[in-house]
Amino acid sequence: MSEPLVFEKSATGRVCARLPLCDVPERPLPDLLPSEALREDLPLPELSELDVVRHFTKLSQHNYAIDLGFYPLGSCTMKYNPKVHEVIARLPGFSGIHPLQDPATVQGALALIYGVEQALAEIAGMSAATIQPAAGAHGELLSLMMIRAYHRQHGQEARRVVLIPDSAHGTNPASAARCGFAVRSVPTDGRGLTDLAALEGALGPSTAALMLTNPNTLGLFESDVVRICSMVHQAGGLVYCDGANMNAIVGVARPGDMGFDVMHFNLHKTFSTPHGGGGPGCGSIAVGDVLRPYLPVPRVVEMEPGRYSLDERRPLSVGRVHSFFGAFLVAVRAYAYLRTLGSDGLRRVAEHAVLNANYVRARLSEHFDIPHPDTCMHEVVISASRQKARSGVRALDISKRLMDYGFHPPTNYFPLIVPEALMIEPTETESKETLDAFCDSMIAIAREAETDPDLVRSAPHSTAVSRLDETAAVKQLDVRWPSA
Amino acid sequence: MSYVPHTDGDRVAMLRAIGVERIADLFAQLPPEVLLRRPLSLPEALDEPALIRHLRELSRRNTSGEEAVSFLGAGIYDHFVPAVVDALVSRGEFLTAYTPYQPEMSQGMLQAMYEFQSLICALTGMDIANASMYDAATAMAEACLMLVEATGRRRVAVSRAVHPHYREVLRTYFCAADVEYCEAPCADGRTATDPLTQALEAPTACVAVQNPNFLGVIEDLPALRQCAAEAGARAIVAVDPVSLGLLKPPGAVGFDVVVGEGQALGSPTAFGGPLLGFFACRSEFQRKFPGRIVGRTQDAAGRRGFTMTLRTREQDIRREKATSNICTNEALLALAASIDLCALGPSGLRGLAELSLQKAHYARDVLCAVPGVAQVFDHPFLKEFVIRLDTRRSVHDVSRALLGAGILAGYPLGEAYPELHDALLVCVTEKRTKAEVDQYAQALRVAMEGGAA
Repeated sequence: MSEPLVFEKSATGRVCARLPLCDVPERPLPDLLPSEALREDLPLPELSELDVVRHFTKLSQHNYAIDLGFYPLGSCTMKYNPKVHEVIARLPGFSGIHPLQDPATVQGALALIYGVEQALAEIAGMSAATIQPAAGAHGELLSLMMIRAYHRQHGQEARRVVLIPDSAHGTNPASAARCGFAVRSVPTDGRGLTDLAALEGALGPSTAALMLTNPNTLGLFESDVVRICSMVHQAGGLVYCDGANMNAIVGVARPGDMGFDVMHFNLHKTFSTPHGGGGPGCGSIAVGDVLRPYLPVPRVVEMEPGRYSLDERRPLSVGRVHSFFGAFLVAVRAYAYLRTLGSDGLRRVAEHAVLNANYVRARLSEHFDIPHPDTCMHEVVISASRQKARSGVRALDISKRLMDYGFHPPTNYFPLIVPEALMIEPTETESKETLDAFCDSMIAIAREAETDPDLVRSAPHSTAVSRLDETAAVKQLDVRWPSA
Repeated sequence: MSYVPHTDGDRVAMLRAIGVERIADLFAQLPPEVLLRRPLSLPEALDEPALIRHLRELSRRNTSGEEAVSFLGAGIYDHFVPAVVDALVSRGEFLTAYTPYQPEMSQGMLQAMYEFQSLICALTGMDIANASMYDAATAMAEACLMLVEATGRRRVAVSRAVHPHYREVLRTYFCAADVEYCEAPCADGRTATDPLTQALEAPTACVAVQNPNFLGVIEDLPALRQCAAEAGARAIVAVDPVSLGLLKPPGAVGFDVVVGEGQALGSPTAFGGPLLGFFACRSEFQRKFPGRIVGRTQDAAGRRGFTMTLRTREQDIRREKATSNICTNEALLALAASIDLCALGPSGLRGLAELSLQKAHYARDVLCAVPGVAQVFDHPFLKEFVIRLDTRRSVHDVSRALLGAGILAGYPLGEAYPELHDALLVCVTEKRTKAEVDQYAQALRVAMEGGAA
């Protein structure tokens, strides 16, 4: 069942790749390089081409993916990744260009980046965008760098506290710390929304910014958002929108119109680019006029209609945050998606993402505790507290048991403020039949938790491996072959 | 078109189950003043044939490596990639998976990441490698910040021979993190040791260098490591993984962290993104390094399995006390690099490095035989070298003339190194043929004389 390590399949002297012949006069190696700079051995595996194909094909068969089935991982927006985008991303005019070519020879690429950035700014309701950040956390980091530069420029270097609701993703506080900010947590109130009184109390002359995820990680829209932004602005701070959950509102409402100064998009979530088992992503950010001068270089600018150039000289810019322009081929796919959907299509995305999440909520509401039982946005957070109290079956157990029913589990134990949380994000590309099959499975597991809790607690039973010993993984650390 | 599968009947049944009349009712949480009451101002939607037509047209406004012969490198390289790499990396099981948070369902990707870590350790001679970073520049920035944290010294010395874009990214990161950036000069195309020693007189967390450096020159790594050690500073080197087919692994020279750009291992040049940062270090930093790492363990039945490990360093658990904010990385490019390295094997990787070395030296000879062209730095190099163009024309003019002859001549250095305003950084990989190099020399001869090449 399990596949050996590629190193265990190696046979000395076996060769796969066929290299070009040397067609220039060859010189002895010692004439070209000092011998003390050369390595003695190169311990890479030696395989045939068929060995390589079989090994990685077998590994792929031990991996779950959207192409195989429902993947309701909350906050990750695992929607269908259109195949036509893969064809487009492989056009030689996109995949075979070098980032240091003369801009005159990459006008199509610059037009595409410009087009994506314009579209993202419009979707955000802001004035400009950049595709340079490589991931959502990178977009957060860049935004905070810009906020810090803004305060510095305005003689407000003492503004070094970033406020973050207790429901936020862990990247928010980690990014803030990376930028030299102190983090102050803001509690969530009984409605599942930002506690306004606590926010008021936390705001002050040291406030640099508030980072707000909207809709928040409970799947709820922060209905006081306009007031929240205005409170932060009055205190002299800026407001950042974590756009991980943008799939809920794309085309319906715009963070810029709510008062946010800056936001990030995950092109690998909202705009359907494949996540590749952990990356690549693209954490594009959009900014309002206040932060626009601080955007990273280089900027793609339109000199005249249809002619683009790179602007490197921007005195207030925070600088460069990526080796080149960011994840260009991710932007190509996002551009193709935007051009396929248009305004109406994007709005349909949000509407059906919210419809699907609410349908799941409605179907599961009798069987699980739902801490905030009213209408949700694109994801619903349920709790396994009832199951845990009655039979000791926890959110983790339910997650693992779902695998036996053929589904990827939801995000579990997040947000941290909900005990035994299961965060379910169906996305708009799933059909009612799929949602019904998933909900039937969840309900069946809830029943199993009553009738045969050990079956659930020892799940999964149908996967290549069962639960792994994570403590041993840390204690007897083995992170490379051959083991040390 | 929005890839939404719902029929009218589905919508009616689902709304009834929810207990609302219209989809709009589900958005009642949004205050009316934030609702967008007009369509987004976006270009009109395209059907699939029109989409392909439009994007093909955009792509044709770029001069790709298929239409011009490229001698551009400078951190992004067009090396041979066996066809098996894209065929395997395109599989939907890898392509459309998320981060392997649920190991029982993600053993394939987890094992591939363990193999990637092992391959990077083998190449670099280091103890542990993570499962990837965004690119070499941010990997170097993270390495510096890790060593700032580990040493308690808020100052980093960076060689001026490090890629100018990496240095800019370091400055951006350091400015935000309140770390002092100190640049160590180069002399004759190499990091100079005496000024470096002087630069290290103030307490410094680490020295960051690149090998081969941005100017193509092979650095004296043992001497640079020695300078750092004498000042009690740590040492980071950014490497080109293909060069490690021939060159001694930095781990053998005592470096603390090895980072690099892995794009050339299996991924296209793609206008510089997405890229693959790799990060390898000594095991003494195993509780401090940034990014994800996969470990081997076993399940209850004693079967071998893989899982993300050392997780208590990470942002989702440790929040503001995490060792980094990184979450999404470049897993698919790391997979491509693993497949590429397995397909190449030791003879293939060494072959790529050696063919590039031979062809680059041949190119250096024939280009420098052109009147007015001379190599600038007389040091060992692998696949890149700097030539000075002694002509009344600017380097950009000459480059443009060569472009007319279908040649991307190299990277003009004047922007990053004003003293090299008349110089080009030329890269020759194994994919270039003798005929292409000869054609370059011929076109350069014409362009140097003021012709249109």
